[in-house]
Amino acid sequence: MTPHILIRSLDRGAIVFLSAVACIAIVVPVLNLAMPPTSALYVPTYLVALFGKYACYALLALSIDLIWGYCGILSLGHGAFFALGGYAMGMYLMRQIGTRGVYANPILPDFMVFLNWKQLPVSWYGFQYFPYAALMVLVVPGVLAFVFGWFAFRSRVTGVYLSIITQALTFALMLGFFRNNFGFGGNNGLTDFKDILGFSVQAETTRNALFSISCVAIMISFLLCRAIITSKFGKVLIAIRDAEARTRFLGYRVESYKLFVFTLSACMAGVAGALYVPQVGIINPSEFAPANSIEAVIWVAVGGRGTLTGAVIGAVLVNYAKTYFTSGFLAAYWLFVLGALFILVTLLLPRGVVGTLRQWNALRRDRASAAAEDGVREPLPAE
Amino acid sequence: MLNSTGVVAAQRPWSRRWLTAVAGLALGVMTASAARAEDTIKVGILHSLSGTMAISETTLKDVVLMLIDQQNKKGGLLGKKLEAVVVDPASNWPLFAEKARELISKDHVSVVFGCWTSVSRKSVLPVFKELNNLLFYPVQYEGEESERNVIYTGAAPNQQAIPAVDYLASPDGGSVKRWVLEGTDYVYPRTTNKILEAYLRDVLKVAPEDIMINYTPFGFSDWQTEVSKIKAFGSAGKKTAVVSTINGDANVPFYKELGNQGIKATDIPVVAFSVGEEELAGLDTKPLVGHLAAWNYFESIKTPANEAFIKAWHEFIKNPKRTTNDPMEAHYIGFNMWVKAVEKAGTADPDKVIEALPGTRQANLTGGVSELLPNHHITKPVFIGEIRPDGQFDVVWKTKDLVPGAAWSPYIATSKNLIGDWVKLKCGNYNTVTKKCGGA
Amino acid sequence: MRFCRACLVALIVALCFAPGWETARAASVADAIAHFTADDFSETLTGIKAIASSGDPRAETILRALQDGQLQFSAERKAVYIKDNSGKLTDAATGQPISGDAPADTDNVRINNRLRGAIDAALGGLTLLAKSPATRYDAAQAVFKSRQASALPTLVAAIANEQDPKVKHAMQEARAAIILSGAASDQDKLAAVEIIRQRGDQDSLGLLASLPTNMSATVMKRVTAAINTIKNRLALWEAVQNAWYGISLGSVLLLAAIGLAITFGVMGVINMAHGEMVMLGAYVTFVVQDIIRANDPALFDYSLAIAIPASFLVAGGVGILIERCIIRFLYGRPLETLLATWGLSLILQQAVRTAFGPNNREVGNPSWMSGAVDVGGITITYNRLWIICFAIAVFIALLALLRFTRFGLEMRAVTQNRSMAASMGIRTSRVDALTFGLGSGVAGMAGVALSQIDNVSPNLGQGYIIDSFMVVVFGGVGNLWGTLVGSFVLGIANKFLEPYAGAVLGKIAILVLIILFIQKRPRGMFALKGRAIEA
Repeated sequence: MTPHILIRSLDRGAIVFLSAVACIAIVVPVLNLAMPPTSALYVPTYLVALFGKYACYALLALSIDLIWGYCGILSLGHGAFFALGGYAMGMYLMRQIGTRGVYANPILPDFMVFLNWKQLPVSWYGFQYFPYAALMVLVVPGVLAFVFGWFAFRSRVTGVYLSIITQALTFALMLGFFRNNFGFGGNNGLTDFKDILGFSVQAETTRNALFSISCVAIMISFLLCRAIITSKFGKVLIAIRDAEARTRFLGYRVESYKLFVFTLSACMAGVAGALYVPQVGIINPSEFAPANSIEAVIWVAVGGRGTLTGAVIGAVLVNYAKTYFTSGFLAAYWLFVLGALFILVTLLLPRGVVGTLRQWNALRRDRASAAAEDGVREPLPAE
Repeated sequence: MLNSTGVVAAQRPWSRRWLTAVAGLALGVMTASAARAEDTIKVGILHSLSGTMAISETTLKDVVLMLIDQQNKKGGLLGKKLEAVVVDPASNWPLFAEKARELISKDHVSVVFGCWTSVSRKSVLPVFKELNNLLFYPVQYEGEESERNVIYTGAAPNQQAIPAVDYLASPDGGSVKRWVLEGTDYVYPRTTNKILEAYLRDVLKVAPEDIMINYTPFGFSDWQTEVSKIKAFGSAGKKTAVVSTINGDANVPFYKELGNQGIKATDIPVVAFSVGEEELAGLDTKPLVGHLAAWNYFESIKTPANEAFIKAWHEFIKNPKRTTNDPMEAHYIGFNMWVKAVEKAGTADPDKVIEALPGTRQANLTGGVSELLPNHHITKPVFIGEIRPDGQFDVVWKTKDLVPGAAWSPYIATSKNLIGDWVKLKCGNYNTVTKKCGGA
Repeated sequence: MRFCRACLVALIVALCFAPGWETARAASVADAIAHFTADDFSETLTGIKAIASSGDPRAETILRALQDGQLQFSAERKAVYIKDNSGKLTDAATGQPISGDAPADTDNVRINNRLRGAIDAALGGLTLLAKSPATRYDAAQAVFKSRQASALPTLVAAIANEQDPKVKHAMQEARAAIILSGAASDQDKLAAVEIIRQRGDQDSLGLLASLPTNMSATVMKRVTAAINTIKNRLALWEAVQNAWYGISLGSVLLLAAIGLAITFGVMGVINMAHGEMVMLGAYVTFVVQDIIRANDPALFDYSLAIAIPASFLVAGGVGILIERCIIRFLYGRPLETLLATWGLSLILQQAVRTAFGPNNREVGNPSWMSGAVDVGGITITYNRLWIICFAIAVFIALLALLRFTRFGLEMRAVTQNRSMAASMGIRTSRVDALTFGLGSGVAGMAGVALSQIDNVSPNLGQGYIIDSFMVVVFGGVGNLWGTLVGSFVLGIANKFLEPYAGAVLGKIAILVLIILFIQKRPRGMFALKGRAIEA
């Protein structure tokens, strides 16, 4: 059954995408580790770290595209799930520091020693074990999304109302995590990590491994998303997106469908956050900032909503632009560029980069073979 | 159900383009890094130019640019010109780490001047340690840190908070007996207040019921309740003062509310550690006359060095109204110390410069000579200033000598036995009791 | 009574002009003033005390000059001068213009808080007999605070002469304060406690709490009782105060949200650049004040009256521009408008940052918006009071505009049924542009008000955008009344939670409550009914 779903989900585009990601996952580490630094093909380590960060953002974008592009749920608070996953991983990494902290306390992280705490808060129990932390990476965002979605979808909060209460959710979490009494390091968050599973987080090999793992996570999530949207379940999702009331009248339990896909998406965002933290070396409450979540939605919009590949490409493109424009003489003007990019994309490329390219190709193909009416194209999202 | 022919036909071209784009991107970045200039010494500037911290950090970027410009006019350093590399970490903490890595790995800078908030410093710290480069950090901070790769040119708590409290408790400061410690909820106020609380209790013998500690979030703007709480606390018949570690944006509405509720400096003085000339420039200061700030530098201090610095700054920024402030002086001291250390080491290699730095002496702008200590902090004078109607400060008190910056506070139980010494002990957290490096 | 007072004044004047006294006094003022040339705070303090007790008619002028930072000294000539606003120096002791050329080394006589307190106390003692009742009132308050026993004889004389009941009351309170702090009979003290108890504010509480504990048992008992009475009274007022703060916060929320209630609520455009319209309004205020300061400082008190229409026009104009250039292409695609306007907000912020610099800009409070008035046990600050009035005025004006004007009618028609409105001859695209302009303009006016209480910086708008959306959604999209009720409910709830939960937890609690409330009523408090909303 499962292989059948997977195989069905793979069209040639998906295969090309997956092999491209796989290629990058292999080539980048090889170029970094095997090439001498003088070689023209050498990929410097800082680029590996940078690409790793992009990969995590891409995974977050993928999770947003799944709910927004295919189910019409616009979450402006997905950064919350990303950050929660990140915190779960950060807590594991903090516990791994052990006596190497500046106060050399074997149990308490530095910031607790520094605030004169005597005991480890209960919420930190168990995080010294990687499997537990890894479980929490999925469970914490998942449970939050489930509870939140349970309330929201059952009372039929939709559209902009839902968008705005997701924003309230992430904003409330941000304020909470900023509080030092909350026990997660306050504004400074969690930082100065040393080891992950016994490997130094700063070692080149670890960085490359994390990068490759992030790529693999994208591939798995992509496959999962494809499997969902090409199944019957996925068609119901698209129906909900396009006409929620009609789908309900047809007898589908709309809220269950939404709840499932929302929770799954939150788990994916959590994984993205968990992979993000060891690569950038810090997790702090500003990851909960509503602006971050909105930006993530914009990556999807730029790449093309409801295309999956577009989400990944959008995330990489926008973040590359950000990296590029925040250096050098353009640094003072990069917000102009970024802002203009968002406006131009929405005005000129309403389907995003990938969506527009697909549309052009579809038009060309239609013209070329107008006679051969060969079925229904993948429906594009309607607002 | 997906019709394979249609979508695949649609997807082939762009996937190819995408690959080409990625390859192009990677190549472009690589060639950029390959073409490195060997005839200049690169200086990285890591201050936010956008986002919430731009308000404070943009000025510091300009100061470093000015200092580099001045040095180049003097003929550069070791016969080479200095070249500034400016990046914008956009008040985004992970971006700080990314940009620090970029500055060091891609641009091969010899030193970085940057950061403002503690979290930005914490974020870049692992990068500087890993790549063994040098950061000059110019802002007053909570202490409890001494790293080989960081030079702290801002004040440690003993160079700002404790002298301020001493002053207020003295007859000149009004013999304050009751204290409100009001701060923004993050690590600097938390730590400073922890230290102050211990100091008030143990040294000044203040009763616990005469200390009120309160925290508000970042960017807090509705101060009505908090100010009336302070007012009520201040009406217990004992002279009351507020020690404010309120950060940045929240200060303006705080002072506006104080002024409007009629709390004058003669009733309840407020001493602030994060309010300087720059912050006051955005305020109508008349209702605030007499409130205090504790810093290691004030623009109003009249010395030839300071006057020359202010003049050069006005010329550089082409605006005679721009103020100077404490972190700017910190960069001035830090930059000149770095120049001296590079000359001493004969190279700009960060590793060698770090070894050459301790012991470097540099005249500060207020008439003393600051020295870089083995714990990578510097000696500084402490001034208490009262706000004047024109937004400047009148110095009402200063320490007799320069105060050496203490990395570890003796008033925090866990850190009282720790010292930092990068000259003899080569350790940032050496425990003087167990005689071991590493905290415990 | 009046005759007595005239006699007293005449006596004082006569004394001053008596030749023998004259030189003696002048000498003592000159001696006192010499302390100021030492540039040392304790020397200056001695000087202030000596001047205050000299009884010299120039004492008040000198102390006021010292208070205002106009007193200059020359260490070289051992002389002290008063520098007036035009920069002219006069000799402080004699009041004569200086003869010969001005000294080169003049510098301000510096004061600190301790000296400021001493000056206030000294001036209080000196001005108890001043002409203007307001000055006498201030003097009485200053004496109340300083409780200097030396002021008692003057105070007693002043009370005997005082006509104005309010001033007289204040003077009696000041006398009570001095009596309580010094040595007096138990009977006097008991009467004084009673006066202070009636005053009943925080200062009275402070006074009673600071009294020495060695007084007789009867007095002590009465003091403790008075403290408890005042405390109970203040506790009652605290609830009123929280409500007032809540209303004040609510009015700020209302101002910030009401423009959004039009662009988002009525038009359905998720305008993420709404906060930036507020910011533009605040910057217009800054520019207006800057121009006034440069050209005609006398107009400063009217700066806000000029800034309100100016900011409405500027923000409204920018709004129309945005609508014509961007938003009109995106109608019916609310989520894409969100993205485009988000990009726009980034551009506007950075544009302002480039034009005005990243720092805060100074926007002053006009005199009628400064200060506070005590009503019962609470302090009402004028700026908050005016902002509440302004918010309500804006609300009523908008309501009237929608209800009674042709434009309002067209606007409602277009919102309710666009195609029908178009076929009735309404130029819908023009109405769209004007509606968006209206919403933006109102946001700009909110910026004028917010500039009075908050930072004027490029980040100003960011701080209000989320709150604004919460208010509109909580109140019910498409309903101005919902926005009104929503903002005041949230404001008051926040302020009642804050003293118990703290600022952060209070805010979190409010957010959670909104989330839960939306579950209960998914369309806000005042939901529009009918089929149209589903579309």
